[in-house]
Parts: sequence; C-alpha cells; structure tokens
Amino acid sequence: MGAAVNPRRHSLAMAAAVLCLGSLAGCATMPDDALALSPESLQLRQLQTRRIDGIDEKKLLAAAAGVLQDLGFNIDESETRLGVIVASKDRSAVTGTQIAGAIVAAMFGIATPIDKTQNIRVSLVTRPAVSSDGVPLSDSHLLRITIQRIVRDTNGQVTRVESIEEPDVYQAFFDRLSKSVFLEVQGI
Amino acid sequence: MNQAYRLLLVAVLVVALPGCAPSTKSIMQAESSALELRSFQQRAFDTADIEKTLRTVIATLQDLGFVVDKADLDLGTVSATKLAGYQLRITVTVRPRGTTQVLVRANAQYLDKAVEDPKPYQDFFTALEKAMFLTAQQVD
Repeated sequence: MGAAVNPRRHSLAMAAAVLCLGSLAGCATMPDDALALSPESLQLRQLQTRRIDGIDEKKLLAAAAGVLQDLGFNIDESETRLGVIVASKDRSAVTGTQIAGAIVAAMFGIATPIDKTQNIRVSLVTRPAVSSDGVPLSDSHLLRITIQRIVRDTNGQVTRVESIEEPDVYQAFFDRLSKSVFLEVQGI
Repeated sequence: MNQAYRLLLVAVLVVALPGCAPSTKSIMQAESSALELRSFQQRAFDTADIEKTLRTVIATLQDLGFVVDKADLDLGTVSATKLAGYQLRITVTVRPRGTTQVLVRANAQYLDKAVEDPKPYQDFFTALEKAMFLTAQQVD
C-alpha cells in the first residue's frame, strides 16, 4: 500500500464507516435511568399540577377540554372514568433566527434544512384530591398536564424529541383553565 | 487494493442490510423467555381497586416524564410515550388477581426493540409502590 491516499479508496472507506455507524445507531441502548424518578420530578410535578376546588370531575374535564380547544388542540383520546384527555396539534416550527442562518448559509452555497413543523402532544389527567384522613373528595381535584413535541425540519428529519418544561407554558394553560372552570361552574 | 475495499463495502452491506429488511417473523415472536420476562415485568399489589391502581399508574407515568397515549378502564390498560431526546413507549395493564390483589404488568419498547433489562422495570415498580403506598410483590 502506497503512502499517497487514493481519493476513491478513501470515499469507499468513508461509505463503509457511515454504513457501520448507521446500522449501529439502530441498536443504541436506552438510558439506564429512563424509568427512574429523577431529582427534578417533584419540581416538574408542581409546575404541571394545580388543585382545583368546587367542581366535579366530569365538569372539570369538560372545562379543560374547552381550554385545549381554545388553544387549537384536537382531542385524540379520552377516558373520563380515569380522568384522562389526550390532545395534539401540528404547528409551524419556523423561527426567524433559523431562517436567517439558512439564508447566510445559502449565500455560501450551502443548503441547510430548518425546523419546519412541530407535533405537540398533551396529556391532561385529573384525580380526586384526598382529605387529611385519606378520603377522596368529590369536588376537589388535582389536574396535571404533561406536554411534549417532535420537531421536523424541511427535509422531514426529526430534529427534536422533547418534553416541554418551561414554567411559562404551564402557567399560561392554568390561567386559561381557571377562567374556564369559573364559567363552567357558573353554567355559562 | 481498490477491489479489497469494494469487497469490504459489499461485506458491510450484506451484514447491515438484512437487519433493515422488514421481516414478518418478529410479529408473532415472543420476546426472550416469556417466563423470565414476566418476572421482571409484573408485580402484585394488595388492593382490589383497579380504578385507583390505574389512576396511580397514570400519575406515576407522568412523574416519569411520560405523556399518556391511551387509557381504558374496562381493559385495564394505559399506554404512554416519553420523549427526552429519545422515544420510549410503555404499556401498563392492571388486572384482578384473586379477590384481594391486582396484578400490574408493564412492557416497554425503546426504538425498535422490547426493553428486556430487569433494571428499568425495577425502577418503574419502585416509583409505583411509592405512589401506591403499597409494596410491589414479586409473583411466581
């Protein structure tokens, strides 16, 4: 074998390496703690949960479904007897900074894919709050929502799979919910 | 020398591609030893309340960062997905065991594989027994 690198041979070796990596990625193992409670789980629970009084569970779920509709979500699944509503929406994921970046890159002749769509999923779960002696209450509930999204770029590739943990997002939801609960209780 | 590399490429393709070909064999293929798997995946709890157990399972899944996909009280099942840079799907079933116990079984899928390590399931039942205020009992 000569010292000079044959470019053709080089590209073949690269192709082989890429294929190896590609086939290995399919076997990537799950993070060891994927099903363990994380130190942040309590904090997240607080962020995602509110106690709502003075309304029964069915009405609370109806009020919450109304808020999800206000926010443009479609209801995918529900099991009211377990206090569960699952909803989702697809929205644009285009941001100004990414477009600017892509334009700059395009000026240098590089085509960069930018984030295009995001699929946002919410599960909303109610359960009866319990009194100090452990008895479930009929008109007081804990409502928790968890939100996640999958972002795809202009090539259709997945660029993000994540849970939403921004406090503002949850606060905005609960602000709307308390108004909706009020209207539901008043029968408006 | 070029030929040697081409041969290597073909060899890699031959090894890598069959893994990608969608075989129907896996559809009815039981995962590893069904008995061993059950010993990781299921636990009994001293309560007969299916609804309360399902609600606690759902709350635990939310604690673990899952978004619920489906829940069915009649069937006693909950399915959920976790997205955290990766995608993990889990189904949990709750069934009566005798008249005083429920049997909780979980099975998880990561990418295109069943999760068969005991540890993630142990972690799940550790979280669940805390929320249940009951001990998760190994079932033979």
